[in-house]
Amino acid sequence: MASSSQPTFEVSNLRVVRDGNEILTSISFHAVAGELIGLLGPSGSGKTTLMRSLLGVQAITGGSARIMDSVAGSPSLRGRLGYMAQTSAVYLDLTVAENIRYFAGVLAQPPSEIARVMDVVALTSFAHRLVSSLSGGERTRVSLGVALLGSPPALILDEPTVGLDPILRRDLWRTFEDLASTGVTVIVSSHVMDEAARCARLLLLREGALPFDGTPASLLTASGAPGYDEAFERLIEGE
Amino acid sequence: MNLRRTLLTTKRILEQLRHDPRTLALLLLVPTALVGLLSWSLANRPGAFDAVGPKLLGVFPLVVMFLVTSVITLRERTVGTLERLFTLPLTKADFIAGYAIAFGALALVQSLLVSVLSYTWYGLAHQGVPWRISIVALCAGLLGTAFGLALSAVAHTEFQAVQFMPAFILPQLLLCGLVIPVSQLPTVLRGIAYVLPMTAAVHAVAPQQSTPYYLGQFAIMLAYIFAALVVGAGTLRRVTK
Repeated sequence: MASSSQPTFEVSNLRVVRDGNEILTSISFHAVAGELIGLLGPSGSGKTTLMRSLLGVQAITGGSARIMDSVAGSPSLRGRLGYMAQTSAVYLDLTVAENIRYFAGVLAQPPSEIARVMDVVALTSFAHRLVSSLSGGERTRVSLGVALLGSPPALILDEPTVGLDPILRRDLWRTFEDLASTGVTVIVSSHVMDEAARCARLLLLREGALPFDGTPASLLTASGAPGYDEAFERLIEGE
Repeated sequence: MNLRRTLLTTKRILEQLRHDPRTLALLLLVPTALVGLLSWSLANRPGAFDAVGPKLLGVFPLVVMFLVTSVITLRERTVGTLERLFTLPLTKADFIAGYAIAFGALALVQSLLVSVLSYTWYGLAHQGVPWRISIVALCAGLLGTAFGLALSAVAHTEFQAVQFMPAFILPQLLLCGLVIPVSQLPTVLRGIAYVLPMTAAVHAVAPQQSTPYYLGQFAIMLAYIFAALVVGAGTLRRVTK
């Protein structure tokens, strides 16, 4: 686990310009071990770009992003940052077990880790099913399983609950809370306000900037809105 | 390059193909069946199959492997698995070598199948050495794989990838000596034809040439395979701008 003295994520004035468009203007935030952070914002606000910048797969135009002891994109971070993209990013023409086994092999994890992860995402009974034959929620769990391989100290999850039924969403959020309680820093993006309110801390992204960083309760106070959905709308519409 | 990660990638690609028996069957059987069809169509012209058959052994594997490789690697880019792999300790060389070994193994099986059947069932009586023809078929398959890997970077959709086939393969087919001997081409085209990989494949099966001549043709093919693999690795981007 990361030491508590050093932030897991340390982002300062992060700026990303892609094809002449400024996607992120100036993003700054810190996150420490064990935090569960909800990254909220409407579609196109830059959530995925921010996450990909932290992962080092999106080039940074200005500012800096440090993850644990390294600059974002450092080879030393490969495998220490669990990532789940919006696309499931697993092989549809392989079985669940073959997918997990391959990624575990790339990460040099022992067979016991494969069994552990299959258990965490409740896919043991699906082990020999082809991913292409699974439902959307089941595919999401395969993708999450891959992200959890090797128990990385930080997780970046891009809209992991989109399109899933309420029970599955609740279960996934419980998994995220459990992970955070063991010291993992988890950043989860969402555009659904009521589920993100389960996070101890919210970052609100709008047009490439962070107009709000705080607890769900303080979001209500700051916006003066009666509920989370209204608070979200007010901040997004810039009131 | 890490051998363990490379071979894991090779194993994963072969597992993917194992779950797709139709593709696997097409890969292995289409070149074999095409050569069989050719021998049958020339049945009434003695000696014709012996002259043309070996040349096509260098052409069909190239086409088939090119198509399969370009589509499967393009899928890896679009589905997001490539990006995921690049957040893990896997290098570009591991990735490219994993593909080259997996499809190289398939090309080997394909070349053995097509050459053995040619010399037995199809009645090929070529004045060349059977093992040389098998190696040409193997090189042709590897050429297709290497170019498929490189060109999948340029294509944005599987539809485009498939269309690269006529753009990339058919000009070579016209110039490689199948339609008209390379020596009878106009000067400029002759110069181009001599350095095309498919021409080298066709020349490498020609009978009664000197050893340096054959080595030269194999050198051209190997240079293209290596160059295309390097270009293929170069087109993989860990970081998007």
